Amino acid sequence: MADDSIRLHYTVPGDDFTRAGEASADLKSRMKKLGLPPGAIRKVSIALYEGEINLAIHAHGGDIDVEITDDEVRMVLSDQGPGIADISLAMSEGWSTAPDEVRSLGFGAGMGLPNMKKYSDEFDIQSAVGVGTTVTMAVKTA
Amino acid sequence: MTISQIIETLDAELLTPDADVAREVHAACGSDMMSDVLAYVKDQAVLLTGLNNPQVVRTADMMDMVCIVFVRGKRPDEMILRLAEARDIAVMTSKMTMFTACGLLYEQGLRGGVG
Repeated sequence: MADDSIRLHYTVPGDDFTRAGEASADLKSRMKKLGLPPGAIRKVSIALYEGEINLAIHAHGGDIDVEITDDEVRMVLSDQGPGIADISLAMSEGWSTAPDEVRSLGFGAGMGLPNMKKYSDEFDIQSAVGVGTTVTMAVKTA
Repeated sequence: MTISQIIETLDAELLTPDADVAREVHAACGSDMMSDVLAYVKDQAVLLTGLNNPQVVRTADMMDMVCIVFVRGKRPDEMILRLAEARDIAVMTSKMTMFTACGLLYEQGLRGGVG
């Protein structure tokens, strides 16, 4: 299975909020061309889009590695940002450390991580303050 | 209802002239917070918002939404409109407030879907 998997890499810039979402948009069009199920495409797109926004607003950018196999789309988002002190708090709906300027852009409602988990079939987050955060998400396609 | 009926109901101006206004819209969502929009998947929905930046189009795109209404007379720039056109999303602007626009569409039978 691993032999015919598709691997993609994206870099999310930390200084240009308007570009956040380009990776999800690109992945979405690739998944459509591959003929993946529409429901799975939507779950991957939303989860990755929220992740991109997080990388842009909280982590000064980061990297996304995607692997598409026969039965799933797996995404690993990694950054060298400030890290998350209390992950369970960060996972609760409505809790946010985003500054007001991020809210004025339409984000920072404390729904990013909960949404990422909600749309993933598998979700894992590892973080260390001052080191960075790695989020792994997988969505089943078969 | 159709996109064309939304234009009429909200006395709106269509900003993407090539859009297919005969397309059916089945649900609506009104919010300035994009993560709230992303929390509930709806089928063939319209997004009403007072937020004016490219992330509005990206959010609508990820949700497979077919139409965006900018309320309170907000006018998106060319870059935002091009982004929407490339994704076959109809964009319009209405002078109405969010409350009034949502109320009129609700009165016409449009509902919020699961969210």
